[in-house]
Amino acid sequence: MTIYGLLGAALVALGLYGLVVQAAVLRKILAFNLLGAGVFLLFGVVARRGAAAGLAADPVPQAMVITGLVVAFAATALAIAMALRMHQITGAATLAEPADE
Amino acid sequence: MMATTPGGALLVLALTLPAGGMLIAFVLGGRAAERVAIAVLAAGVLVALLIDAAVLRASAPLVYLVGGWPPPLGMTLVADGVSAAMLLTAALVLLATALYGRATQATPPGVTEARAPFAFWCFLLALAAALAAAFLGGDLFNLFVALEMLTFAALALACLEGKPSQFRSELRYLLFALIGSVLYLLGTALLYGNYGTLDIRLLAAARRADLPTLLAGALMTAGLAAKMALFPLHLWLPPAHAGAPPAASALLSGLVVKAAFVLLLRLWFWVLPPIPAAAAAPILAALGAAAILVGSLLALRQARLKLLVAYSTVAQIGYLFLMFPLVLAGDADASSRAWLGGVLQATSHAFAKAAMFLAAGLIAARLGHDRVAELGGAGRAMPKAVIAFGLAGLSLMGIPPSGGFTAKWLLLTSALATGQWWWALVILGGGLLTGGYVYRVLAGSLTAPPADHVVAAPGPAGPQQVALALALVSVALGLLPLASFGLLEIGRPVIGGGR
Repeated sequence: MTIYGLLGAALVALGLYGLVVQAAVLRKILAFNLLGAGVFLLFGVVARRGAAAGLAADPVPQAMVITGLVVAFAATALAIAMALRMHQITGAATLAEPADE
Repeated sequence: MMATTPGGALLVLALTLPAGGMLIAFVLGGRAAERVAIAVLAAGVLVALLIDAAVLRASAPLVYLVGGWPPPLGMTLVADGVSAAMLLTAALVLLATALYGRATQATPPGVTEARAPFAFWCFLLALAAALAAAFLGGDLFNLFVALEMLTFAALALACLEGKPSQFRSELRYLLFALIGSVLYLLGTALLYGNYGTLDIRLLAAARRADLPTLLAGALMTAGLAAKMALFPLHLWLPPAHAGAPPAASALLSGLVVKAAFVLLLRLWFWVLPPIPAAAAAPILAALGAAAILVGSLLALRQARLKLLVAYSTVAQIGYLFLMFPLVLAGDADASSRAWLGGVLQATSHAFAKAAMFLAAGLIAARLGHDRVAELGGAGRAMPKAVIAFGLAGLSLMGIPPSGGFTAKWLLLTSALATGQWWWALVILGGGLLTGGYVYRVLAGSLTAPPADHVVAAPGPAGPQQVALALALVSVALGLLPLASFGLLEIGRPVIGGGR
């Protein structure tokens, strides 16, 4: 279980690093998903740890992960749609300001 | 054991009315969407008034157990004084924006239905539902979902026009908001692992100052600060708010930021243990103070009217953070004053900033540009919009009588009473700088128009009156006697005494 917790922490760190460092929007969106995966893994660890009442796992964090996945999926879809539209209109794939503005 | 209180069903209505309205508007399509939205938002004001009355009558928070399941297993909807006040503020600003939108987003008979107005009305209702969820949510995970709904609805409203520059700034806004919500979610995971519940009231009873709680608090505060554009994280806000259409800017600056503020209040005064929170609060306030000074100075230097108003939002949000060390200072009277001042700043800024963005949008549409240096003649062309801008400016500066004055006065006296005089200096300095940038706009608008002055034909009078009405409300808040803000005290955790 500790190893999953550490893995989750590593994914969060990687995702945050990617979000900050990567310039391309698509890479930022992927990094956000990595970050999200790390958080969901931590929820899984919490579910396993909280299994006090004789259950295999605490179901509440699992329900939260499912909701979180739906939200993250919607966010990813929205971000990709916007990035795509931006690329179609301006030809840009990054958020850097054009030089003439 | 918590139970549903009388009137708890009103909270369900506050949530399902806009959500149901959005679905009905979506099914009925373009022309009907406008009528559905206005009817639902008007009913929303009524529901908010009923909730306020019920909270006042009971002198206790309204609670509704969703599905009859008590926490920690079930989820609650809770309306205490802050939620009730913010709900009413949101309902009024949303209705005003909808009435303003009738001019720009209408589908008159005989005209083909277009996608943008249809989307405007549907997402307006979605935003109303998300705001209600954020103000009424009684557990931290529900609040996360509400924040995400809010981001999606606000984002769609902001890029309705589909301009290239909009996509860039709104995409940056989305990425900041997503980082913010993931950090918030990480915090909730830690809190759940530590306490086995995410219900705010249960957490308030069980809170202790251990490492997971403090770490979660730090992560969630950082996430919410990113969503509120607190000083070093403010870079996304001005282009995103200034680039959006006026109605969307008014909602983004006036309401969307305030939802994250209400969550921050829940986190700091309910969930986090008071002693470490009191130790960390000056950091928040220092960032807020930096936001006030930097935001106001940048607003002074802006060449475009809408960017000026957006930077003013960065500064005014800074005031909200000054309340944290004052509330937590341990002096009961000063704490109550700072609490009132902070929440009143949130509501009066909501009205004033919505009025300001709507007025700025009208001026820009009439003159065909929004360059601050060339506003000559605006006062003659659209007197009501300029008066609305000026009145809203009074409230932002904190000149009596206005809601902004009462809010800043309460914060100021609380700062002096707790011996933290440096925050008082920041409040006064921020007021002077605000006066500077409001003066720039007003003085420019009241000069004679240039010789080759061309203005567009006057639009309908309705939108100007809406902007003026919002500005008048932000001023009128300052005419209410202090005792009438007793509503905001209902359900406030007592700092120092514990609960």
